[in-house]
Amino acid sequence: MNLWNAMEVGLKEIWAHKFRSLLTMLGIILGVSSLVAMSAMVTGMEKGAREALVAVGGLQKVRVEGQPVPPDQRHLRDFARGVTLSDVYAIQGSVPEIEDVSPEMRLDTPPTLTANGKFTRTFMTSGVWPVQLEMMEHKVEHGRMFNEVDDELARSVCVIGTGIRDDLWGDPEKTGEEIIPLGKTISVNGYPFTVVGMFEHYESEQEHRERQIRKAEEAKRIAAGQTNSAAGPRRDRGWNGGGRRGGFAFWIKNHTVYLPLNTMWVKLVSGVTNVPAEPRLSNLEIKIRDVQNLNLALTEIRNVLMINHHGVEDFAFRTQEDWADQINLYIKNARLSGGLISGISLLVGGIGIMNIMLASISERIREIGIRKAVGAGGVDVFVQIVVESVVIAMIGGAVGLVTSLGLLQLIAFVSPTDNAPIVTLSAMAFAFGASVLVGVLAGLFPAVKAARMNVIQALRYD
Amino acid sequence: MALLELRDVRKVYHLGGEEIRALDGITLNIDGGEFVSIIGPSGSGKSTLMHILGCLDTPTHGTVTLDGTPIQQASARELARMRNRKIGFVFQFFNLLPKLNVVQNVELPMIYAGLNGHQRREKALKALEAVQMGHRLKNRPSQLSGGQQQRVAIARALVNDPKIIFADEPTGNLDTHTGEIILELFRSLSKQGRTVIIVTHNPEIAAVTPRRIEIRNGKIADRVDARLAGLEKTALLSHSGHDTTIAPA
Repeated sequence: MNLWNAMEVGLKEIWAHKFRSLLTMLGIILGVSSLVAMSAMVTGMEKGAREALVAVGGLQKVRVEGQPVPPDQRHLRDFARGVTLSDVYAIQGSVPEIEDVSPEMRLDTPPTLTANGKFTRTFMTSGVWPVQLEMMEHKVEHGRMFNEVDDELARSVCVIGTGIRDDLWGDPEKTGEEIIPLGKTISVNGYPFTVVGMFEHYESEQEHRERQIRKAEEAKRIAAGQTNSAAGPRRDRGWNGGGRRGGFAFWIKNHTVYLPLNTMWVKLVSGVTNVPAEPRLSNLEIKIRDVQNLNLALTEIRNVLMINHHGVEDFAFRTQEDWADQINLYIKNARLSGGLISGISLLVGGIGIMNIMLASISERIREIGIRKAVGAGGVDVFVQIVVESVVIAMIGGAVGLVTSLGLLQLIAFVSPTDNAPIVTLSAMAFAFGASVLVGVLAGLFPAVKAARMNVIQALRYD
Repeated sequence: MALLELRDVRKVYHLGGEEIRALDGITLNIDGGEFVSIIGPSGSGKSTLMHILGCLDTPTHGTVTLDGTPIQQASARELARMRNRKIGFVFQFFNLLPKLNVVQNVELPMIYAGLNGHQRREKALKALEAVQMGHRLKNRPSQLSGGQQQRVAIARALVNDPKIIFADEPTGNLDTHTGEIILELFRSLSKQGRTVIIVTHNPEIAAVTPRRIEIRNGKIADRVDARLAGLEKTALLSHSGHDTTIAPA
């Protein structure tokens, strides 16, 4: 008895009980489609998270932050002077593993930015050196970054992200014209600053694509003579999450305002009472030359800082390792929980198949008897039943693969995410393989039962 | 050496602690080319005997040799192989698979014999021609009359070119006229040199076969019941050999 024959018989059986077979396959269809859809969504999320990680500088970046002194050094806290520029020079001079150090100074409370009769606040307003540009992977699209001279002379200049422009002068997508506010004045906590540059607009690939599509549709509408699809007077429809789409990392990047470090200190920080005489930085951004040497570099930096701080450990490191680990953990958990749900669904599908195969063999006792009487051995009958079970599972699996695409559309429709699901071939192959395996396992017990059937009793059975 | 040799064959069933001796010491030879009927009242053990002869079952005691191969100890797989290669079955209720058409039904034994599709089709057509069913190849069994179904069943039994053909009440489900035609078919098979064994309790059929074996209470009866053997009028009884055989009427 060859496999092809068994398959033919199996297909005939399925065709003879179309509705029953369909119901049986449903479990497998759901299992496979949820497996593929889940995997696609997790893969999409993973890609989005990794893009965001790269957007903030990747694993090479280490941040040194000021921190309250540890409890065992409480008595030394008056000597804690925080992270200062002298740390920057010390690290630059003593740690060969680093590529660059960039100091950053922020205000304790986000400053109010006013321009064009509107205001906004962003905690991403910081005083930095020009080197921060490379450190944070920023690109100035319009105008220029301020330079060392601006910093030295504490000039009132700033470079802003597109998010700030959107807040103060309007989003080009909403107003229909792109304003590049070079030379305009923003007042920061009441001090006027001239905008000398603006970064490019940061977004995930997905967001970029969506924007292109919107643009194309808009162009089509305009070509068709319709000016605006929304009816009635222009109105703000409230918060719709639109400003923060594409992940927090991109949102933060777009809402950055950079001032020269010296200007920040002279104009905005030192004017406030109760500040130490020496400029205190909020943090240092350090870029390591080679991620392989991350631990070595961290140790060296710590040693340098400990000497510089006279043994008071009033600083801490923050690497992106935690974030990378979190991404991995999160992805793993999402995979696990999704896999569990799909697995249960496949299991239920398998039980359904086993049930239907048991029903099928008890309907076909006489047929099995006849087949045995004309020479079918136990193995032939066994193979026959397993093949039938696998055929049901395989059809279910194939249908499930197709349905998974529809399921993804449905999920995207019901709850749109920033990360487009990515259907991978390996996920599809895995899901299909799982369905075949379920078919084999579900067929085993009925097949053994059928193979062991007594031929004489089977022939007599009515 | 005889085609079928049974030596002191016993078959014992245990039913709720009670021992039932379905066959109780049967010794019997059937030679190649013989046309034999096995007769006996219901519950006599003739079906059990046929199961053992037909390799559907093994005896609890004694030896059975089919075409030189001992089968009393054979495994299920070996028995299936014997049934496939050496034996053809014809049943009272035809036992065709309702979902398959005529040709597919006849091809069934050859699938398990491992023949390829082309060979199967060729031999099935030949066998169906031999029983004059070559014109209804694509019909389902349910679309055929009883006599036609039994012809298809006979074609199926013949298709692997077996040494022995077993027929269990082959005319039991047919009207008298059709039954005669089917019986004629068996007779012609016998004339072609095949061994045909018919299990029946119909005297008219038993009367056709040259040799009759009567089973009574699990044993071979010394004297064939003339009425059962369809020989009441002629009553030509003779005792020859170990088992009871009656000269052709």
